[in-house]
Amino acid sequence: MIRIITSDRYNITPLRSFMTNIAALGAGILAISLIFLAAGVNPLYAVCQIFIESFGSIYGIKETITKAIPLILIGAGLTLAFRAKFWNIGAEGQLLMGAVFATWTAQHLGPALPPALIVPLIFTAGFIGGALWGIIPAILKIKYAINEVITTLMLNYICAEFLTMLIVGPWKGKTRFGFPGTDPLPDSAILGVLPGSRIHYVTLILAIICSVGLCVLIYKTRFGYEARVVGENPDAGKYAGIDFLKTSLILMAVSGGLAGLAGVGEVAGIHHYLGYPASVSSGYGFTAIIVAWLAKLNPLFAIASGLFFAGIIVGGDAIQISLGLPAATVEIVNGILLIFLIMGDYFLYNKIQICRSRA
Amino acid sequence: MIKIQRLEMKDICKSFQGIHANKDINVEVNSGEILGLLGENGAGKTTLMNILYGIYQPDSGSILINGKPVRIANPLESINLGIGMVHQHFMLIQNHSVIENIALGYKDTPFLFPRKILRQKIKSFSSQFDFQIDLDQKVWQLSAGEQQRVEIIKTLLNGADLLILDEPTSVLTAREIKELIDILRRMKADGHSVIFISHKLNEIMEICDHVTVLRKGRIVGGAQTKDTDKLGLARMMVGKDVALTMDREKLPKGDRVLSVRNIHVTGDKGVAAVKNVSFELYKNEIFGVAGVAGNGQRELAEAITGIRPIDSGKVRINGRDITNLSPRQIYDYGISHVPEERIRFGIAPGLFLYDNAILKQHHLKKFSKWYFLNYERIKLHTKSIITEFRVATHAINNQIRNLSGGNIQKLILGREISEQPQLLVASHPTYGLDVGATRFLRRHLLELCRQGSAVLLFSEDLDEIFELCDRVAVIFAGEFMGILDTDDERINDIGMMMAGSKRMNSDPVEAGLTT
Repeated sequence: MIRIITSDRYNITPLRSFMTNIAALGAGILAISLIFLAAGVNPLYAVCQIFIESFGSIYGIKETITKAIPLILIGAGLTLAFRAKFWNIGAEGQLLMGAVFATWTAQHLGPALPPALIVPLIFTAGFIGGALWGIIPAILKIKYAINEVITTLMLNYICAEFLTMLIVGPWKGKTRFGFPGTDPLPDSAILGVLPGSRIHYVTLILAIICSVGLCVLIYKTRFGYEARVVGENPDAGKYAGIDFLKTSLILMAVSGGLAGLAGVGEVAGIHHYLGYPASVSSGYGFTAIIVAWLAKLNPLFAIASGLFFAGIIVGGDAIQISLGLPAATVEIVNGILLIFLIMGDYFLYNKIQICRSRA
Repeated sequence: MIKIQRLEMKDICKSFQGIHANKDINVEVNSGEILGLLGENGAGKTTLMNILYGIYQPDSGSILINGKPVRIANPLESINLGIGMVHQHFMLIQNHSVIENIALGYKDTPFLFPRKILRQKIKSFSSQFDFQIDLDQKVWQLSAGEQQRVEIIKTLLNGADLLILDEPTSVLTAREIKELIDILRRMKADGHSVIFISHKLNEIMEICDHVTVLRKGRIVGGAQTKDTDKLGLARMMVGKDVALTMDREKLPKGDRVLSVRNIHVTGDKGVAAVKNVSFELYKNEIFGVAGVAGNGQRELAEAITGIRPIDSGKVRINGRDITNLSPRQIYDYGISHVPEERIRFGIAPGLFLYDNAILKQHHLKKFSKWYFLNYERIKLHTKSIITEFRVATHAINNQIRNLSGGNIQKLILGREISEQPQLLVASHPTYGLDVGATRFLRRHLLELCRQGSAVLLFSEDLDEIFELCDRVAVIFAGEFMGILDTDDERINDIGMMMAGSKRMNSDPVEAGLTT
């Protein structure tokens, strides 16, 4: 008889942690292959094609980087919230709120101001928008003990409907011939792109700065220390005199604010006008949860994992078309990978032995 | 299933990361016998029992039941063999009723209407061993002793012949300990065998037939309890002669440090937990608060340190009003706190040792510049705590969850003392520590007080109070029954005060003579 014995693992090295992630991704891709097989597609070909489409050509790489920008920004912000065990599922709404604030700022101040002024302004506005949307659940959680998973999730829908209301109502553009959506942003507020691509480099640079900055914030500062203590043991946080309201407000302002910045990048760098929520963001706020998880809640690693998932989006979109797979393919791939990453953690924290017993 | 007449563990070895937790351990217990496993923290008692219960696998060695070797791969097999374990921390679901918890752990629970059948079974056990327990109460409403009884019933229902109790008395009050001992005696008479893990000499002497002493993972001695005495066991346990008392120099009374006036505090369940308590505490003084657990000690400590709001009354430190300030402000006024439930409040388990070494001090200038933490200094500070307080760890960038309870306690105490507090509020600082570590920590408290601090010591251990304290207050049902000097001859009646049947005073403040 074969027995499986599990016990706690004590020495968790960074290398083991990394290898576990790789193994989990490998296993996840194996599971995805089965689904491809069921859909009548050669799984080896499909999986290879995902990565060839996203990383195998100059065009693919450009697109991957473009999609990685919001994922890195949001993913990095989420690592902070998740470290403090604040389960922010509302990055999508925070992104949209950032986009709304940026659009308003660009439309009202943009025509009169040069790019050097208006660009920082719209990013500031976007950050504030995302941060405000982020601190609502923080207040509700600390003051009224309302579960943040529910509030952040529900605020996504509220924000999406609010945005829709704006674009079909008061903000509907004159140039849209009656279709929902705002007028294009003024030229001064449009972000520059690298030639021959859609990479709005200002946001990209911002994303990298934010990842590095967050890394310093989490590991080197008093605030980061407090956030980690609260995440590890709230009772100890209380005993140590940590102000929960202040800590939660700051971390949700930062987490939401970064999602807001991503929203600015999408509106001012890609679409140049505010349209339907689903077109402003293709679920980046949700995909970023997996980005943060794959990054092991380290904001610096969110850059790599953001690129990886951007690649899956780009490659997944491509094979959807070339292999005739359903539109949900990317989401299925992402969902399966998240499940395997979380399962990987189980193997990281527990030692599993299989042995043959005498009995 | 055959009844366990005789259980032997032979040449058991188990190591973790190259360190022997158990080395060549041999123990045996027969039916109708109570075996005591005695040893300091980290001596390997719990590891050994976890092997017996199937939680760990031994590296080598064998387990024999009635002379036949068995292999125990997991707790379920162990239960099937007739072994039951009551852990130090109870494995009960707080929001469920007693009977639901029992049904959950019962191996033959029927799918439908489990309560009906179980109720009958439990009744027979309850009368046999004289358990008094309301099956329909929710577990959170029960005291620690009652929860423990639920755990014992669970094991008995599953047909346990051998019961393992891991530090069963550490959470119990004196009366509950007595009740537990009575239950164990009845089980013994019924032919059950018991392995009783403890580091309290008194209990081992009182209840066990045999005692096996472990130190650093090896057996260092064993005896029939009737052939040995406390001193002999203590000697085996620490490996050298220990004096069980400590000389304390009498220090002159210093300035007033803490003044508590007529405070009222509400407890977790919304009822008054501290009622109209007043006292004063001076420099160079250790002030004890004695009493049976759950009479408001925790609430009083939390109120003074700012974790729990004070409904009315005033707390002053060096004349400054600190009533209801935040824990951090109170800390900055020089009040340190060693909390009662150290794992729950005192540490962030997943963070490194050096992160935990500054849990309450990270905002201080010496550890941070602007908003940044100075990790170089923090690490130096951690190393000095580890050496001074003899915290056993192989590295400071080790997650603190990997340390034993005693070592965690030493780190917390080191952290709270190292800043030379004006006042140290220490709740059961030597709770769960072995003889050597207890002595070491008590000496530290005396030293702290000699250097000019005041210590407010909450303890259920009267020996500890008499050894360390100049004055002692007795708390009962949230009220001080009186404050006495420890050399007051009326102190012999302290038991009456703890039971709430006598009030006595030698303190002018409490007696209302000064304002």
